[in-house]
Amino acid sequence: MILAVLLGFIFAIGTPLWRRILFKTFPYLYSAVPVLLFIYFVSKLPEINGSNFLIETNSWIPQLGIDLNFRLDGLSMLFSLMITGIGSLVFIYTSYYLKGHNYLDRFYAYLSMFMASMLGVVLSDNLITLFIFWELTSISSFFLIGFNNEEESSRKSALTALGITGLGGLFMLVAFIWIGAISGTYSLTEMMSQPEVLKNSSAYFWIIILIFIGAFTKSAQFPFHFWLPGAMKAPTPVSTYLHSATMVKAGIFLLARFTPILGDSPEWNWTLTIIGAVTMTYAAVHSLFRTDLKSILAYSTISALGILVFLIGLGTEGALLAAALFILTHALYKAALFLITGIIDHETGTREILQLSGLKTKMMPVAIAGYIAALSSAGLPFLLGFLSKEAMYDATLQLPTAAGLLTFLVVLTKICLLVAGLWAGFKPFSGKISEASISAKMPSPKLWIPTILLGCLSLAFGIFPGLIDKTLILPVLNSIAGYEADTYLAIWHGFNLALGLSILTLVLGTLLFIYWKPSPGKIKAIERYASLSPENLVNVLGKGFQAFAEKWTSFFQNGYLRNYVITILLFLSIMVGYRLFSGVVIYLDWNQISEITTSEFVVVFLMVTSIFFVVFSKSRTAAIVALGVIGFSNCLFFLYYSAPDLAMTQFSIDTLTVLLFMLVLFKLPLNKTFSSVPIRIRDAVISLFFGALIAILALEVFEESSIREVSDYYADNAYILAKGRNVVNVILVDFRGFDTMVETAVLVIAAIGVFSLMYLNLNPEKKD
Amino acid sequence: MKSIIFRTSSKYLLPILLIFSVFILLRGHYLPGGGFVGGLMAALAFILHSFAFGLEETKNIIKIHPGFLMPMGLVFALIAGLAPWIYQEPFMTGLWYGEPLRMIGMVGTALLFDIGVYFVVIGSVLTVMFSIREII
Repeated sequence: MILAVLLGFIFAIGTPLWRRILFKTFPYLYSAVPVLLFIYFVSKLPEINGSNFLIETNSWIPQLGIDLNFRLDGLSMLFSLMITGIGSLVFIYTSYYLKGHNYLDRFYAYLSMFMASMLGVVLSDNLITLFIFWELTSISSFFLIGFNNEEESSRKSALTALGITGLGGLFMLVAFIWIGAISGTYSLTEMMSQPEVLKNSSAYFWIIILIFIGAFTKSAQFPFHFWLPGAMKAPTPVSTYLHSATMVKAGIFLLARFTPILGDSPEWNWTLTIIGAVTMTYAAVHSLFRTDLKSILAYSTISALGILVFLIGLGTEGALLAAALFILTHALYKAALFLITGIIDHETGTREILQLSGLKTKMMPVAIAGYIAALSSAGLPFLLGFLSKEAMYDATLQLPTAAGLLTFLVVLTKICLLVAGLWAGFKPFSGKISEASISAKMPSPKLWIPTILLGCLSLAFGIFPGLIDKTLILPVLNSIAGYEADTYLAIWHGFNLALGLSILTLVLGTLLFIYWKPSPGKIKAIERYASLSPENLVNVLGKGFQAFAEKWTSFFQNGYLRNYVITILLFLSIMVGYRLFSGVVIYLDWNQISEITTSEFVVVFLMVTSIFFVVFSKSRTAAIVALGVIGFSNCLFFLYYSAPDLAMTQFSIDTLTVLLFMLVLFKLPLNKTFSSVPIRIRDAVISLFFGALIAILALEVFEESSIREVSDYYADNAYILAKGRNVVNVILVDFRGFDTMVETAVLVIAAIGVFSLMYLNLNPEKKD
Repeated sequence: MKSIIFRTSSKYLLPILLIFSVFILLRGHYLPGGGFVGGLMAALAFILHSFAFGLEETKNIIKIHPGFLMPMGLVFALIAGLAPWIYQEPFMTGLWYGEPLRMIGMVGTALLFDIGVYFVVIGSVLTVMFSIREII
């Protein structure tokens, strides 16, 4: 499984290597990755029945309890199949949709990186790795949403999406660490065997709140939903992938994953039910006011996610079954609708539904797929949508409390979604052909075959629920519920209230579809309340934060080196000074100090003289040379106290510093005073103060009993373990070798920084 | 700088200092020295030369842009760090090859690592110095 997860990353990272050689000749190889993975997961399907699960352990950082363990149970199986299955279709679809695009290879790299991260999220058994993959989905979706990076709106929505989902991820990390601390493990499997530990802990409430923030931001729940419509700026294959089966479902996955561990408490159930209910109705009503195909789909997606959260919140066996079914149903029809939208956009150049109609004469297969998707979303019998809708109504009707209200909300949502589905999948194809549709042509099979395939699946599962009943849905239900549940899917449940509600939904929805037309006037009416929307509030907050950051930065980062130095020195002086003043008795034992030798006296004399020379010299060059003398005198001290290594390094560094100063100051105008007398006095006071503090600090160090454990260890083991006699060097290259490696990297970065600053030439007038 | 004495002496000092820097690098594991100091000395040798003969002359001697020494050094260090993986040892475990060689001493990944540091230091110091000199 680790290979299955990492394959996408390997593929993505290697793109620059093989894009020229392989993909010029075998462009189909792009799609091979998801197809292979899909086959792999299908082949594992027989092993996941009942509540069986596979687990694969790979050690990563065992010291911290972090490992790459993967758990394939019903829930992760369903998601893996959706990720790779719909992924395959999206990959194939893209090969035509973005044909000839300059950055197609880059696009595929992002896409497969995203796919791999999603697989990682759903398969991880370890919370920390789950978090890492979770953030990777945020990052890779950032690139996907902002793929048209030349458009400002596209960049902005990508940033919004990253900001919202990334922020949620951080909250989630806190929850994960907390969970790890309480339960003593990061492994989900172990947590599932001892759920009462977390449920009984005092932090339970805060943990679920933090997890909710993570899941709600990712799954676009109210009030974090607004990033999702913005993310529609992405190319359609991306919207398809992100919003039907993957990214936004990650939050749902997380909630389902934690249901057996944290679920089934009033806090859990009611929060999810309320937020889900608000989201589903809010977004469903909103979707009626959109005329852009993608916007309709965006809002209906948010609404569907709300339904899922709502169902998980109800937490009864029936509700969880409905959730499991609806995850699949929604993925199938929503992916089809998105792909169809892409085709329409590609062929007619518009997504305004008011301008689209009669396309069925132009593209019959697409129309068929559109009808199936729309009807599945409407929940017509013999389609998968029917089963999930029945299950939903069943679940809400059987609730012990507030059954009436909640059923009403679900029916209302379903009616709106039905209308939205018909607008997206039915309206563009039926009726008389419109002006915008005249020029449309039959699209390439690469575009329409995926949509038909999705439709066929909806149909097949709808007619023969036995296909998925025990093989796929039951394991999902078991892993969400955490106990052995049972499913019985059938088309015909007999005459009951749920069927009656289904018929009511269909009738009312169809009527609404016929009589309700979204129009610019209605949109304007709803936009009047936009200033109250969460999106606007976040924007205001963001602007305020930006303004504050700008003020803060321009105050401290004002571009004058001398001011930086003063800030640092003052800050340090105040901190250290306060500590010394408040809690430390300054005490100096004169008897402890060894006698001053002549050589020491000479060196100190040299240093003091040079310091005075530096401060009062009129010649800049002389001052620098005097600075060098101070450094070299320092080297002499190191030599006296048997630190030849230090002395050598200090010597070279000082030489370099003097040379650097020379290079720069040489070019400055001669004999010019840059600072006034008061400023000089101020600087003098600060430096004297700071110097005095450092001197006191150095003396204080003698008073503290030193801990020699570490240095003794290094000294004793330098030769035994590292075969070197020079302890300093052994520490550098062996004991703390990793530090050194990173430090050299920092050195390189600094050098590159200087290089690029020098050659950047920010002033265009000076260009030669 | 046109001084004949300076020019003549730096002409001979360059190779001597370079050899000395390698010497410092190699002895580092046993006696004071090491890649960092060695690298600084080598860089100083080139800088000294450039002061005497001008930047172009020194660049001609180095042939490649000193910036390329940086990734080269990093790769050396990385190889030294990764090499133990071949023997199923953790990252950065010191590996040693048989008996000490004459003049060089024990050969192992630590030495390779130090050579990496040496090149990184030369590369970055020269990049900084040269680019500042060239632009200002």
